[in-house]
Amino acid sequence: MGKTIAEKIIGEHAGRDVVAGDIVVAKVDVAAVQDGTGPLAVQQLEKMNLIQAKNPERTVLFIDHAAPSPHKDLSNAHKILRDFAKKTGVDLSEIGTGVCHQRLVESYVNPGDILIGADSHTCTSGALGAFATGMGSTDVAVGIALGKTWLRVPETIRINVNGEFKEGVYAKDLILYLIGKITADGATYKALEFGGETIKKMSMSDRFTLSNMAVEAGAKTGLIEADETTKAFLESRGRGKKFRAIAPDEDAVYEELIEIDASEIEPMVSAPHTVDNTSTAAELAGTKLDQVFIGTCTNGRLSDLAIAAKLLEGKVRHPDTRLIVVPASKDVYLDALAAGYIETFIRAGAAVMAPGCGPCVGVHQGILGDGEACLSTQNRNFQGRMGNTKGFIYLASPATAAISAIKGEITDPREVL
Amino acid sequence: MESELKGKAWKFGDGISTDHIAPGRLFHLRTNLPELAKHVLEDADPEFPNKVRKGDFVVGGRNFGLGSSREHAPTIIKLSGVGAVLAKSFARIFYRNAINVGLPVLICDTDQIEDEDELEIDLSAGVIKDVTKGIELTFSPLPDIMIKILSDGGLAAHINKYGDFKLE
Ligand code: SF4
Repeated sequence: MGKTIAEKIIGEHAGRDVVAGDIVVAKVDVAAVQDGTGPLAVQQLEKMNLIQAKNPERTVLFIDHAAPSPHKDLSNAHKILRDFAKKTGVDLSEIGTGVCHQRLVESYVNPGDILIGADSHTCTSGALGAFATGMGSTDVAVGIALGKTWLRVPETIRINVNGEFKEGVYAKDLILYLIGKITADGATYKALEFGGETIKKMSMSDRFTLSNMAVEAGAKTGLIEADETTKAFLESRGRGKKFRAIAPDEDAVYEELIEIDASEIEPMVSAPHTVDNTSTAAELAGTKLDQVFIGTCTNGRLSDLAIAAKLLEGKVRHPDTRLIVVPASKDVYLDALAAGYIETFIRAGAAVMAPGCGPCVGVHQGILGDGEACLSTQNRNFQGRMGNTKGFIYLASPATAAISAIKGEITDPREVL
Repeated sequence: MESELKGKAWKFGDGISTDHIAPGRLFHLRTNLPELAKHVLEDADPEFPNKVRKGDFVVGGRNFGLGSSREHAPTIIKLSGVGAVLAKSFARIFYRNAINVGLPVLICDTDQIEDEDELEIDLSAGVIKDVTKGIELTFSPLPDIMIKILSDGGLAAHINKYGDFKLE
């Protein structure tokens, strides 16, 4: 019987043939925590008397959610991570280095790996053909110490995407469209596997955007074949040797097949307070915005900033709309600087912040006021997400975000493209 | 872990996210769980932290616990004294985390339960009695592996006991 990508990777790591539904103990290649979940992981390791890391060179502690620290309690939480890194020799990704998921794909995860991360968007690395999934602090703590975890092999929903995007439509619009269609729990306990001509032609950066949001449909991971595009990406990151082709068998057994025609998708927006509350940008046009945020593990990469910079070049934000830009990583920041994008943003009236999560999770750097609306390129818009239950968050692509910042209201990017 | 639980139901709607349970604005309290627990679920119901009593139940709708991987969410529900969370369905990471921290999570038809109903739950028999309504509901059994972790008192306790996964 043919195998899905998930079955192949988990089988290799469990040392036996597996099918969806099996429960196995599997080897973990990469384990990661961030500053919101890592301190609890360290405390759990102390409780278990396991201050150790099985693979220190592939264990990473990220300081990205509250970076730099806005509060003394968080500064103390960061100390717990720094101390643990010193004791065990694991990697510490300091403030200024970037969002965990971007750093993981840039420097740690390879096709065929199992990555467990104490962050729900760990599924981002699935775009490299790795089984990457989010778990809680204790699960990842055990993974760090013992180099293994238990997994239920998920059923897979195959998403086939064919056709060309219309102008002004991007990977972000595709994933918002899909989640609107299958809903926020449409893929709970399942893996998503993206394929088809559109995905084959898609850049790595856009593939990361798709996989990143798999969890917003409840999925365990969002897998994409490791192909020539993956190889070129790994080469660009000095890890060409780590490439191996990963693909499902042609007769793989899927729980469900979803066909999407990319040419039918419009620029999309998720309205408050759920990701599956989707409309087209045109339908929500005119909604006044107090803040626009471009960045995050979903859309803070160089190609995202390039799209936004092109639209903002020579323009300024609407006087009533604040604009925040946060490159996803230090390397993205440096490349954006060299390309002139950062200057464009600053001249357009943006506050450009250090690489990290920025205002995405409501800890710092752009908390909403009562009744305020923000359009963000991030992946979720739950009530209270940006630090205030009385705030309203809309999700969209970098193009929609940039145009909307200029107009001060939600705007279909095709109005100017 | 006790297998017979008794308490009041506190009803919530569909799609209660980890941001409702343990919001990002309280990020700095994550290393102080008893303090964070004083705010449990307050963004869904500001009165909840005051009215919840030891042994009570959180009763949600569809996709309870969606969102972040923060284990702090089920941990502070447990710290607030809640005996179990009942919902029509759970988000994957929350479900797994709840078992890891020793908080029973039960999938059942919660439409039949109303706010402040008195419930009696027999975990091993798989039965929920709504004493107020005089009805009985059943819940889907947990996978064996989760029963094992739960009965050991959570994942940390399980690993402490065996030094490894011992899941057969
Ligand atoms: S950018 Fe937002 S979604 Fe991504 S890891 Fe940071 S807080 Fe989470």
